[in-house]
Amino acid sequence: MSTRRRGFWTGGEPFVWLTGGALTLALLLVVGLIALIISNGMGFFWPKSVVQLTLSDGAVITGQIVEREPVPARPHQYRIKLKVANRDLYGADFQWIDESQIVKREYPRDLAVIERTEWGLLIGTIKEVRNGGTAIAVGPAASWAEIQRRMSETERVRRQIRTIEKSEIGAINAKQEALRLKLKGLGMRGTDSGASVEAIQRQLGPLDAQYQAQTARLAELRKSQTFSVVVGADGGKEKDIPLVQILNVCFPNQMGLIGKSAFYVAHLWEFVSGDPREANTEGGVFPAIFGTILMVILMSIVVTPLGVVAAFYLREYAKQGAFVSTVRIAVNNLAGVPSIVFGVFGLGFFIYGVGGAIDRLFFAEALPTPTFGTGGILWASLTLALLTVPVVIVATEEGLAAIPGGMREASLALSATKLETTLRVVLPAVMPSILTGLILAMARAAGEVAPLMITGVVKLAPSLPIDGQWPFFHFERKFMHLGFQIYDTGFQSPNVDAARPMVFATTLLLLFIVILLNLFAIATRNRLRRKYATSAV
Amino acid sequence: MAGTVSVAGGLQAPTAHASIMESPMVEIDKVNLWYGLKQALKDVTMSMSKHRITAYIGPSGCGKSTLLRCLNRMNDLVDGVKMTGTIRIGGTDIYDVAQDVTELRKRVGMVFQKSNPFPKSIFENVAYGPRILGVSSRSDLEGIVERSLRSAALWDEVHDRLQESALGMSGGQQQRLCIARAIAVEPDVLLMDEPCSALDPIATAKIEELMLELKNSYTIVIVTHNMQQAARVSDYTGFMLLGELVEFGVTRDLFTNPRETKTEDYITGRFG
Repeated sequence: MSTRRRGFWTGGEPFVWLTGGALTLALLLVVGLIALIISNGMGFFWPKSVVQLTLSDGAVITGQIVEREPVPARPHQYRIKLKVANRDLYGADFQWIDESQIVKREYPRDLAVIERTEWGLLIGTIKEVRNGGTAIAVGPAASWAEIQRRMSETERVRRQIRTIEKSEIGAINAKQEALRLKLKGLGMRGTDSGASVEAIQRQLGPLDAQYQAQTARLAELRKSQTFSVVVGADGGKEKDIPLVQILNVCFPNQMGLIGKSAFYVAHLWEFVSGDPREANTEGGVFPAIFGTILMVILMSIVVTPLGVVAAFYLREYAKQGAFVSTVRIAVNNLAGVPSIVFGVFGLGFFIYGVGGAIDRLFFAEALPTPTFGTGGILWASLTLALLTVPVVIVATEEGLAAIPGGMREASLALSATKLETTLRVVLPAVMPSILTGLILAMARAAGEVAPLMITGVVKLAPSLPIDGQWPFFHFERKFMHLGFQIYDTGFQSPNVDAARPMVFATTLLLLFIVILLNLFAIATRNRLRRKYATSAV
Repeated sequence: MAGTVSVAGGLQAPTAHASIMESPMVEIDKVNLWYGLKQALKDVTMSMSKHRITAYIGPSGCGKSTLLRCLNRMNDLVDGVKMTGTIRIGGTDIYDVAQDVTELRKRVGMVFQKSNPFPKSIFENVAYGPRILGVSSRSDLEGIVERSLRSAALWDEVHDRLQESALGMSGGQQQRLCIARAIAVEPDVLLMDEPCSALDPIATAKIEELMLELKNSYTIVIVTHNMQQAARVSDYTGFMLLGELVEFGVTRDLFTNPRETKTEDYITGRFG
């Protein structure tokens, strides 16, 4: 008996179970987390049916069921959370209702869910369409037909307004600002009058006229939008909403599976490609996607050469000894410094130090308004590069250590110098390890939020860091970031409940982007590995 | 096996230590070498003739590889090495301050114990040395690669897969590729550090055959554990023990009629 027991223990069976169990636990945690994010995030864009509840006290409440939970301290009783929307009419988006109070549940087919540019969703029945205050269509069916007829024209006007606001007036503003700064620069050098000043002032004149013209056009366009829609909500309340504020109208109770799927895809696309609305709780996250990816790319461009060169010195050139070992330990420990500390360093060194100096030297006329001396995507990327450089150094060093010494000797024996050996033999062979380091660095950088909050991330950036205005790359600009967006929408928005699905969707998107970046780097590494396999058979 | 030693090369063999060389290519004079405090070579004096194969035998750690690596100054790379004495190759002192190490290594090629092809294509492996020396025209490189691979008796096996990775070759082929790579820069002297120790007998036989072929154009110095190999291929053999050159002479004499008892003990297998 005792021999069999010993066999059981020394045979390693329990150890196998232990290791397997640990792995299973880890996998379950990961799968559970991802499942939670997916189930919450993916359902966000699915159009839910609108239910009309009649309560025992005679009140009628309309909305979409969000969740159902047991009532505390009352067994076998449930309550539902109803998204009633119409924040401007009711004051709150959500309402809890005890199921025991519900007398009747109905799904009227003409209930509309209207997306609009402000105040969140509007749920109700379309009553009439007005033009300048006079009704031109009455009743749900006629009104809906009228809205459909007018929507595309309104959409076109809305887009036109946006173009004028963003591109045309934006370009004029940028030119005016540049000229004003030039003028101010001249003034600082003591030139307050003369040919050059007059030349600039002459240029400013027509710009002002252009600006006035565009503003007038804008007002004209706005005034031309005279249509409005009257929507009836619970309790006899009515909302007269200008058609130009309506983005989308749908009737979930009429939609089939195909209709809902189309709606889903369209909204998913809007989420990925659109601009945010309503303090980031609605609309898309495209600027944040753009900011995240651009920041990771900028960081990679900086961190790879820096880390690789440092690792090469440590492993190939430095005399191995106590000092190098200390440096190595220090580099490893650098990876454990809290990221907010790097953020503070980035703020002090890059933004106030380097950026401040750049401002004093090259953008003095704009001061006290900082140009580079304030948070921006460049400084955020550099801060993250510092944060991730240990990862690249360690991975590269390990790769260098794994290259057989014979390979270097063979090259040297063929009359190559140390530099030629390093560039022609060692560097190609260590490429896969460098990419491994870069993959780890990118994954870390894409998910980092704390240091960004003080080095350049904002809730809403007016323009992207790359756009059509010369010089096209504006790396001094502030930017939006998915990680920060998650924090901001989830915890800083005025309407957290309404924003919650958005948080999950954004998280899912961030995960997806990290995976995509990693897959790209892994594919590159595998290709290089095949090319430069170092294991001599 | 040790009894049936056959000596290659029909040499008129002078026996006296100082006068055995026909025309010396490599001259080693009173070389001492220390790794830190440990002395690895003690007063080694000898010379190697042009277009002959000189072999070193001796037990592990006797300093034969160290001596070999002195000839292309590979020991320079090791920390804490100190050397005294002079080594002349083709008449020039290779440890002279004016000596360019890379120029020396162009003249003195080396093949290592463990085959170490670069993780590149077969073509790029052979073309590596010439490229370093500045040959860049594709047609020149192709000529050099073909000539080197033919000299290393590898051309027929690999000519149709020159662009494939060198790491896909067999161990013996890899070692012959390393030989081809070394002779692609046309050195005067070819150093071989136990080139067959990791190979099977058939691959070993091929390399030995190749050495006999190559000695018509190169001066070859080989370090080997394998006494039969030294006896089969070399013209001169040196026996080293604990950093000293115990005996050096024409291979046939050293194996059939050793002057020193230590040599006799070693080659008859009484120790080592």
